[in-house]
Amino acid sequence: MTESPATKPANGDVCQRVKNGLKPERNGLLKSLHRCHERQYKHQCHPEEEEVHAASHHDSLYSRPFVESFEETPMLVAVLTYMGYGILTIFGYLRDFLRHWKIERCHIAREKEEQKDFVPLYQDFENFYTRNLYMRIRDNWNRPICSVPGAKVDLMERASHDYNWTFEYTGRVVRDVINLGSYNYLGFAENFGPCADSAAEVTMKYGVGVASTRQEIGNLDRHEDMEKLVAKFLGVESAMAFGMGFATNSMNIPALTGKGCLILSDELNHASLVLGARLSGSTIRVFKHNNMQSLEKLLREAIVHGQPRTHRPWKKILIVVEGIYSMEGSIVRLPEVIALKKRYRAYLYLDEAHSIGALGPRGRGVVDYFGLDPRDVDVMMGTFTKSFGAAGGYIAGKRELIEYLRSHSHSAVYATSMSPPVVEQIITSMKCIMGEDGTTIGCDRVRQLAENTVYFRKRLREMGFIIYGNEDSPVVPMMLYMPAKIGAFGREMLKRDIGVVVVGFPATPIIESRARFCISAAHTKEMLDRALSVISEVGDLLQLKYSRHRIQPSMARPFDDNMYEDIDD
Amino acid sequence: MSFKSFTDYLAWLYYQYLLITGIYVLEPWEKSIFNSILFSAIAMVIYTSYVFVPIHVRLALEFFSGIFGGQPESTMALMN
Ligand SMILES: Cc1ncc(COP(=O)(O)O)c(C=O)c1O
Repeated sequence: MTESPATKPANGDVCQRVKNGLKPERNGLLKSLHRCHERQYKHQCHPEEEEVHAASHHDSLYSRPFVESFEETPMLVAVLTYMGYGILTIFGYLRDFLRHWKIERCHIAREKEEQKDFVPLYQDFENFYTRNLYMRIRDNWNRPICSVPGAKVDLMERASHDYNWTFEYTGRVVRDVINLGSYNYLGFAENFGPCADSAAEVTMKYGVGVASTRQEIGNLDRHEDMEKLVAKFLGVESAMAFGMGFATNSMNIPALTGKGCLILSDELNHASLVLGARLSGSTIRVFKHNNMQSLEKLLREAIVHGQPRTHRPWKKILIVVEGIYSMEGSIVRLPEVIALKKRYRAYLYLDEAHSIGALGPRGRGVVDYFGLDPRDVDVMMGTFTKSFGAAGGYIAGKRELIEYLRSHSHSAVYATSMSPPVVEQIITSMKCIMGEDGTTIGCDRVRQLAENTVYFRKRLREMGFIIYGNEDSPVVPMMLYMPAKIGAFGREMLKRDIGVVVVGFPATPIIESRARFCISAAHTKEMLDRALSVISEVGDLLQLKYSRHRIQPSMARPFDDNMYEDIDD
Repeated sequence: MSFKSFTDYLAWLYYQYLLITGIYVLEPWEKSIFNSILFSAIAMVIYTSYVFVPIHVRLALEFFSGIFGGQPESTMALMN
């Protein structure tokens, strides 16, 4: 393919590459996008903004620097990580061998004696991994808590006498663990305050649920109020809420697309989006994470070639992206996605599970963050589980879309309606963010979260850890790499009273194990400082300060060098 | 890292060894199997090199001096 507004720029030069992409002069719509940015520019409330010198990818589309870093894995670390997995795998085989010959008792599910000759159920790699690697460090996950998971949390202490096959509660409680693991971005996970009070009040009035669907007798006035509020919050015509975020994705995508449609999905999309896309029966093509060249290539191919074999045009093309990717901490390049979607007449499904409330000067998610028009996103999806401290999900968009979904979506037809106290929690917290409760608490929290995020990320980077993702994303993945360090990091942090989430293989590529910190507006500066000093201490103990870019105000991302290479148009 | 004593330092080194090889997560008996295999392998390598390397070095030296050093040696012999 030859020159086009969005093709790659001249080779080599990084600065050139940084400027690649859509040129505003060629396209009226981009100008309008641009103007929309300028309008928003004054609202940006990040004091540390000046610190970021990096060039964004084509400034015409981004009002503020878009800095995202994915430092490449140091070679030695990668080799040692593979070696570690190799050693653990050998021991895994040894243990499996012992279990097979009944030298050792097998504690985990396995085929019954009389099923021995059936198709094996527990032989694939994931089972092997669970049995022989995950079980050894299982104490880092599923820790039971016994308080509200706010900025601090109480854990129930447990002990294992058989290397994590079973646990036993000691009866003691580990108090005041700083919670860096909950998606409590705005700190609305509270058991006191206006949200909790009004939820309690509504419980007295409405009870906890009506055990019926919205289409039957489960539709309460509070549900409708909430939907109106969500639509107003997002600046769209209409919205609809569901009792579960996961089901919102997995049940509504099938209602929107079907056979003969094409879904272009980011490779790191959440399982619920993947499930929804698969259930829909549409053709799914996956583009590289946040890589607009890859997306554009797929779009063009889809339009040029149409459906396989028949070559009829696709009925619909749906681009499915997330706002903040919860494992990478990256923010979707929404302005570019919208420009592409408009150019190629595709539809856009944006999952704002992590970004709603957490991003943007007014907490309205990625659309607000980039200062775009919410009407440019065809389907806005999000969850109430994270920032609002409630549960459930919503779909928002044009009135026709929502009306269609109300009658066609499985989760609207079959799922019971949301519980009124949960609805009330959403309403109160959302009003708080909007400032409709007459206070500035919500606005302050949004600002506090942005400040905490920038501070935490900056300090971690200065300490020399490898941090992934966007400067402004409250999800902060810190690379651990080696399998033993996953376990050691979680344990050492808990010993020092910090609760963190460590993530390993099935959720990440095998060598990119990481710890994921979720910053909250409820964290005070002292808590963050305490956490940071502990992280630094444990980082020294475990030798986690892998980064070789000691000071990196503007770092070229590997994105620019490697990821585009095999796109050959 | 600053260490109070040399033993602390050794403990830290051992900890790093556990983490990097991944045997940190293993059960004690597996750790001892791994350690004994690794250390016996290292011991064997050291022993073999102790026994065989000098011989090989000597042979190699003789070989190379046979190729490159033949001429000067004979002149030396002549001078003597
Ligand atoms: C991107 C994304 N979508 C959907 C969900 C599901 O939301 P819920 O936990 O409310 O079911 C999640 C939850 O982790 C998510 O990260």
